[in-house]
Amino acid sequence: MDSALIPEGAKRCSLPKFSIGMAIVGAVLLWGVWAMFLCWFKGLNQTNMNDYYGFALWIWADLAVIAVGGGAFFTGMLRYIFNIKELKNIINFAVIIGFICYSSALLILAIDIGQPLRGWFIFWHANIHSMLTEVAFCLSCYFAVLTIEFIPNILENRQANKVPFFHHLAHNMHGIMVIFAATGAFLSFFHQGSLGGVAGVMYGRPFAVREGLLIWPWTFFLFTWSAAAYGPSFTLLVTKMTEVITGKKLVKDNVVHLLAKISGWMIVTYIIAKIIDTIYWAYVTAPSLGFKLSHFYTDNSFYGYWILITEIVICGIVPGAILVIKSTRENPTLRLVAIILGTIGVCLNRWVMVLQIMAVPVMPFDTWALYIPSWQEVATTVLPVAYGIMLIALAYRYLPVFPQEKELNSVKPITESE
Amino acid sequence: MTQDNHNNAYKFGMVIDLDKCTGCGSCMVSCMSENNVPFKEDESNKRDSITWMRVYKLTNGKSFPDTEIAYLPRPCQHCGGEGDHGHSPCVSVCPATATDYGYDTGIVSQIYTRCFGCRYCMGACPYHARYFNWWDPKWPEGMEKYLSPDVSPRMRGIVEKCSFCYHRYQAARDKAYYHGDKDHIKEEDYQTACTTACPSNAITFGDLNNPAHKVHQIVKPDPHPDPRNHHVVGKSRNPKVFRLLERLGTNPKVYYLSEREWVRKQGDHYLEGEWDKIKNHHGTTSHG
Amino acid sequence: MFPFSFEWVWDIGHMIFFGGLWYAVGILSAGMIYVILKAAWDTMSESINNSGESH
Ligand code: SF4
Ligand code: SF4
Repeated sequence: MDSALIPEGAKRCSLPKFSIGMAIVGAVLLWGVWAMFLCWFKGLNQTNMNDYYGFALWIWADLAVIAVGGGAFFTGMLRYIFNIKELKNIINFAVIIGFICYSSALLILAIDIGQPLRGWFIFWHANIHSMLTEVAFCLSCYFAVLTIEFIPNILENRQANKVPFFHHLAHNMHGIMVIFAATGAFLSFFHQGSLGGVAGVMYGRPFAVREGLLIWPWTFFLFTWSAAAYGPSFTLLVTKMTEVITGKKLVKDNVVHLLAKISGWMIVTYIIAKIIDTIYWAYVTAPSLGFKLSHFYTDNSFYGYWILITEIVICGIVPGAILVIKSTRENPTLRLVAIILGTIGVCLNRWVMVLQIMAVPVMPFDTWALYIPSWQEVATTVLPVAYGIMLIALAYRYLPVFPQEKELNSVKPITESE
Repeated sequence: MTQDNHNNAYKFGMVIDLDKCTGCGSCMVSCMSENNVPFKEDESNKRDSITWMRVYKLTNGKSFPDTEIAYLPRPCQHCGGEGDHGHSPCVSVCPATATDYGYDTGIVSQIYTRCFGCRYCMGACPYHARYFNWWDPKWPEGMEKYLSPDVSPRMRGIVEKCSFCYHRYQAARDKAYYHGDKDHIKEEDYQTACTTACPSNAITFGDLNNPAHKVHQIVKPDPHPDPRNHHVVGKSRNPKVFRLLERLGTNPKVYYLSEREWVRKQGDHYLEGEWDKIKNHHGTTSHG
Repeated sequence: MFPFSFEWVWDIGHMIFFGGLWYAVGILSAGMIYVILKAAWDTMSESINNSGESH
């Protein structure tokens, strides 16, 4: 029925089957939307946040999606600025994933603030010394960049492309994409960093605070770096999932290997920096404020040293090693393990940098504060996932997202017509 | 250019005598009624109820019969921030400039109509002095009539905290202006609600910059940075006086006084053996 | 955000921060305006050529 919209030569499931799938995910989406409206109309008392947990699940989700969405800027930078040709076969998808991640982040922020109608104050009354101000500005601008990068792909839809204006627009946008990508890389560098800075500048919180360079604490650089390192892993992970669900190979192995290799080297260098940062913080920064390392990891029922080891060793060193060694990288199973571990690792890092900070007692007579999110928080966090799945499904069905798809699946030409 | 409020300006602060505090909670009650602080029907969950002034209970951790208890009232500490330049932990992070440092008073303000509820400031404040309005403020029927007309009530979705009863400062300033000496507010004309309500006179409030004020005489603040940690300014030269988490460099304007060493030791974190080296170090010089 | 909002000060911080911001916004909008105009131009010249050929 909708075959006129489907990219030429591509095979897609039937519309009813597609619609059923969408309806199932759509139901989850509606659940999230319901929770979102509850939060907007009844206020944040719908959550389990409290005065100890002003930042909680949502801010974590925000940081996590932005970190994994970092694949878009980094891949874009490699593709357009460093002109690595192979990556053109995955850049569309990286951009779509980035678009989903960033739109989700903005939506979550809009739910998270206590007075959503005043959200624009962050721009209007900007305090330029606040990391969050920088985040807000760069995030919104970078979202605009992602939209710009996504538009040509949308215009390449079979029907849209028949409109001469759209055809030329897509062509011309490709022509100057390097400029947009460069601006995107610039903006990403700053907002990824500032998200790290959010924690690093809290000098009242010894678990979070870091020394740094000029006005930027080390977490600034670590966040940018980790987003560039783990973002491509996440792109590969979602590509893999799409391949499994559609039952098709969509990107050639050499492209996957290349991106995995880049991600691997970034992870390795990042994790070295992270280890140095952790050691310096544990042995210099925190003790100078009177805190022993054990203060942050004992005397509570959840945050133990395991979290540090999981983040750095299991989800850092291990995936890094797998991805830099050629033989393990090119082994599909090990590679899959590595990109899953990597994605978990960066999300765990963001968790630690939001929720553990809030949990650790600072005043000597204070106690650990643990928190369990309410269903409304969970639903609004699942909402972007459902939205992401739907957008990917739509994009995959109707847009020429994967340039190599036809070549990789050309068993027989499709002769369907209406 | 950095600003400070060491000279030609007030620097309001308080010192709380923990040996006098009985933990009766009068300061908390007076603060709530003075500042129209909303409350919930069930206040048992202290993690989401608003207490600008909150009394904490400290113990020496020993078992009977050696157990000792102290109470520590904790208002907003009106931090001067690292180096006392006014970059308080909360002020420096607020993206919308909704909380601000008064260089003329040293008071950290909260602009209710400007705050959009991102709660970054709450994360940044190590004293948990900031509270979010999780609910719409509601008062029992008829009680709205008792609200103070000098303090605006707050709406749902924003952060609030102790203001050192700023409206009382404004009234005192008006009075001083009226009497023709607008630059000199009298000590007795500006006192916070908790100070005046405390039945055991544990709280002393005034201008830390003014040697004639009692708070200055008790605290004897050292105007020089601490040679051990340059972020720390205004350390007390009174060996019995300390500030909460002083080592972080937040530079609070609320000081605490106690004769008991275990109480003073609970003001901050110390590595093993550190306390014995640090406890006798007070200020740079011995003048004052 | 703008020099007329009252927390604005002409200090180095504001100049760097908003300089960078408006620069980025400027590039993005200029780029978009350029591609849209160019696409409109291409479309028009194409249709003129086409109509010229068909008659
Ligand atoms: S005590 Fe907390 S709220 Fe008060 S000035 Fe210090 S950081 Fe800000
Ligand atoms: S909650 Fe309000 S006062 Fe606190 S940082 Fe956000 S806008 Fe500023």
